Amino acid sequence: MPKSSAIYIALLIIALLIGGTWIGQNVNLLPIDASTNASIYDELFKVLFSIGTILFLGMVGLVVYSLIRFRRKPGQIDDGIAIEDNLPLEIFWTAVPAIVILFVGLYSYDIYDRMGGMQTLNHDSEHHHQAMLNTQKIWGGIGSGSIESSTQNSMAELPIEVTALQFAFLFHYPQGDIISGELHVPIDQPVSMRLESKDVIHAFWVPEFRIKQDIIPGQPTVLNFTPTKAGRYPIICAELCGPYHGSMRSTVIVEEPKEYNEWFNKNAKEVITES
Amino acid sequence: MTISIPPDKKESIEGLQPKGWFRYFSFSLDHKVIGLQYLVCGFIFYLIGGALASAIRIELTSPISDFMARDIYNQILTLHGTIMIFLWIVPVVNGAFGNYLIPFYVGARDMAFPRLNAIAFWLIPPAGLLLISSYFINGAAQSGWTAYPPLSITSPAAGQLIWILSVLLLGGSSIFGGINFIATILKLRRPGLKLMQLPMYCWAMLGTSILVVLSTPVLAGTLILLSFDIIAHTGFFNPALGGNAVIYQHLFWFYSHPAVYIMVLPAFGLVSEILPVHSRKPLFGYTTMVYSIMAIVLLGFVVWAHHMFTSGTPPWMRLFFTIATSFIAVPTGIKFFNWVATLWGGRISLNSAVLFSCGFIVNFVLGGITGVALAQVPFDIHVHDTYFVVAHFHYIVYGGSVFVIFSSIYHWYPKFTGRMLNESLGKFHFALTFIGFNLCFAPQHWLGLNGMPRRVAEYDPQFTFINQISSIGALIMALSTLPFLWNVFHSAFKGTIAGDNPWLALTPEWLTSSPPPVENWEGPAPLVTKPYGYGKSTASINKATTSSKEVEGS
Repeated sequence: MPKSSAIYIALLIIALLIGGTWIGQNVNLLPIDASTNASIYDELFKVLFSIGTILFLGMVGLVVYSLIRFRRKPGQIDDGIAIEDNLPLEIFWTAVPAIVILFVGLYSYDIYDRMGGMQTLNHDSEHHHQAMLNTQKIWGGIGSGSIESSTQNSMAELPIEVTALQFAFLFHYPQGDIISGELHVPIDQPVSMRLESKDVIHAFWVPEFRIKQDIIPGQPTVLNFTPTKAGRYPIICAELCGPYHGSMRSTVIVEEPKEYNEWFNKNAKEVITES
Repeated sequence: MTISIPPDKKESIEGLQPKGWFRYFSFSLDHKVIGLQYLVCGFIFYLIGGALASAIRIELTSPISDFMARDIYNQILTLHGTIMIFLWIVPVVNGAFGNYLIPFYVGARDMAFPRLNAIAFWLIPPAGLLLISSYFINGAAQSGWTAYPPLSITSPAAGQLIWILSVLLLGGSSIFGGINFIATILKLRRPGLKLMQLPMYCWAMLGTSILVVLSTPVLAGTLILLSFDIIAHTGFFNPALGGNAVIYQHLFWFYSHPAVYIMVLPAFGLVSEILPVHSRKPLFGYTTMVYSIMAIVLLGFVVWAHHMFTSGTPPWMRLFFTIATSFIAVPTGIKFFNWVATLWGGRISLNSAVLFSCGFIVNFVLGGITGVALAQVPFDIHVHDTYFVVAHFHYIVYGGSVFVIFSSIYHWYPKFTGRMLNESLGKFHFALTFIGFNLCFAPQHWLGLNGMPRRVAEYDPQFTFINQISSIGALIMALSTLPFLWNVFHSAFKGTIAGDNPWLALTPEWLTSSPPPVENWEGPAPLVTKPYGYGKSTASINKATTSSKEVEGS
């Protein structure tokens, strides 16, 4: 290979790496991040988007370049070069994707752990067994473990029971015995939801929180999150649940603790003074 | 070395075969007739499935449910998914091209079990008509092609039961085909032809057939249990009767994830046949290609729960399936690098077959990248069951498999008919399909990330504009079918005469007349030990085109 073309190739690869990373880091395809979970998710998204952009542009570049550079010109009747394989090259493009995959896997494990997804696994098994025995079939979503380890958190979790039915969500606040069609939560307050379905499988999804959990009849599930930005965000059913699936929506209202308490006290059947 | 097989007794088979156009409507035992029956029948269902897709895209041009009733919408999306998977892609990439090509590739005069082969095909039209008729009887199934209980148990029973019956028939057809391909590839090879000398499509079909034979019975059993839940009110999957709805999802995806490979592995095989011919180079890395197919088959069995990351699966299970799924990218990546290496340094004819194959590479790389992202539990939790997933799998099954089907039709049409397709129309068809497809599905990634769930007839008005863009893409895709259909019909009568081997290819199906005789070769079957021996010596091509007897790379 002539020296000049080697330099061009090196420059192209560097440009691809920088360009891909820049696109991945700076092109925003996501809605605002309104929970602790969402900001962690966005870190992962940027990494995956960067790697994906580099791979995609690289492969498309190779294909388009090959098609133009090696197209059959008029008058050419000979065959291409008969290269059947190249072991070092094969090892290279087996090893590099394997390393990238391994990195992505480990990184997403770390992200998942930070979201609280691995808590049940890392928790000592005795606690886990106890919880399983007590609660029968509670299957966890993100942060499923923290039901058992709620003492670790500085702030007590706000328990909410979610009931899904065709075609609505009902939110029950056991502390004040409130039943609401909209979800009110105070900002920066860890929330622990127990979700149960009355009929078919539904799913609880808040895009701005980057969380989703199926709501399964006969198998209560749990989902924890901590909202970080005040506002009104859609709650969307993400699992086909019947003709009105598309209109099975609600709203989560993240508000300042003062406003939340006003709402809570106005609706609570029995007023509880928080310690 | 020339080994010749004496031709079988001619009168025994020729007396049985109907002749002329009528054989395509008969219970023919000729693998080539059956292959074309699969192809044409599949294409008719593709047009029906496409019409349903158009109905979905029309409904989604506005954020409210205004084009059709909500339950009709759910029926349409269920039929669209079921038809496209079970009546178009699976039968065509396996049944159509498998039947037509595999006997040639192994040097046989037909499939191992010709009657089973004909039965496998003739199960498809009644199953398809049954499925579509359910719409007119009492409403089709409306729980999606996944038919998750309890929704599938509680929605109107007639449509759901007909759906189950139809999918069972199609699964049976698929299993018959799979057994036939395994037997043909392993046991009907011409003496002297070794496994590692087979064209790559044989390996793809061997791997696919293993998947079909091992996983389809699981789907069949699951659907039979589901039908018991509906008819006899048993409680296998019905939580109201103590059943478990999530077990259904495990069993369903144990088939339906391998089903993705059943749709794409044969496509990988077909591309591996097409690219070497048109770039005049050997297929790069034959051995690693074979091993990567088998690795995909093996891994394909242990990744199913990545469809269930939000279904309350325990964390350890999520972790395992994330890792297993991610690693499928390695053997898949090897295949893509090998194809680029096959193009590299070639003499590429930029014809419609090559354009569709390269369109496949570009689309599938994007679908593969989003696939690796979706395998990551924390990433998937946000986008599961959204339009991001819709975009992802259409990049795999349309951008992947359907592009390869078109590529294959451009490549093998001269063999099927003896006439060439019109290249200008072919390139126009490619341009429309590629632009329409990407315009339709690329924006859907954004929709999913920003909060549009799949399978909805109504959505947040902020998504209206992007949905309209997507629908324009769908319109272009629909229009792209017209130049193709015109080309296929017109060229069948008026196309340039192709000759036996217009591409100067070395694989055995080209070493006979176009269209081939009933017994595939007039004389003994050629022994092709180097199906990709391009560039070795120009003599190899001359030999191939002139002698039709024996081709060996020097």
